[in-house]
Amino acid sequence: MVPLSWYLIVAAALFCIGLYGILARRNAIGILMAVELMLNAVNINLLAFWRYLTPAHMSGQVFALVVLAVAAAEAAVGLALIVAIYRTRDTVNVEEVDLMKL
Amino acid sequence: MAQAIFIILSLITLGCALVVVTNRNLFHSALYLAFVFVGVAGLYFMLQAEFFAGIQVLIYVGAILTLIIFAIMLSRDLMNPNVRGFNRQWWAAAIVAGLLFVVLAVVLWRAPWPAAPVGEPSADFIAELGQALVSPAYVLPFEVVSILLLAALVGSILIARER
Repeated sequence: MVPLSWYLIVAAALFCIGLYGILARRNAIGILMAVELMLNAVNINLLAFWRYLTPAHMSGQVFALVVLAVAAAEAAVGLALIVAIYRTRDTVNVEEVDLMKL
Repeated sequence: MAQAIFIILSLITLGCALVVVTNRNLFHSALYLAFVFVGVAGLYFMLQAEFFAGIQVLIYVGAILTLIIFAIMLSRDLMNPNVRGFNRQWWAAAIVAGLLFVVLAVVLWRAPWPAAPVGEPSADFIAELGQALVSPAYVLPFEVVSILLLAALVGSILIARER
């Protein structure tokens, strides 16, 4: 049987890779992909804790489902925003989208 | 045996995730993202959450990845490898992410977790999950998520609409 800490460390690595992508990418779509990586890491954690600590309760599963739905909503709205920004400003580079900067 | 499968699966997943965040060609990144999602679905299988493995492939690979590839194709210049893909602080980002991973790994490694699962999930946990979603305990998050999905649906149509 695989120890619980292995799952948690893999999820932590996936989360940190996503963090690097968010901080280092200049492209808004690349940043969204990194956010999806981080949400996946969260779901691995939720399901690992469910399986190892509370397999009789449904809370881990329910909240994994909630995270999944939020990820889908986030992707839809985020990509719609990116398409709208691309239409008006002709770029998806987050460093050039600085309309609200003083 | 299970440990060997776990190690291979996580190495593939993490390697593809690294390619996703470091590749200069966003289209290739999106394709590697599909491998990451399938690898995570494999991890769900190993956790005996088969329902979530199916959902993962259906929603992430089927819906979210399709959306991402659509957005990539709708915006020009993304596939141009001459455009710089990373900002000036990418090395600082790498240091921060690496440090966070080291801290998390040390903490997780030293924490006293139970060596084996404390029980088995019941055989028909999908039916139990369905009942739990409409039980008084979880009906509020369930309804909030449905409203969020509706708002996201309307909002994304409104934002992306051609004026």
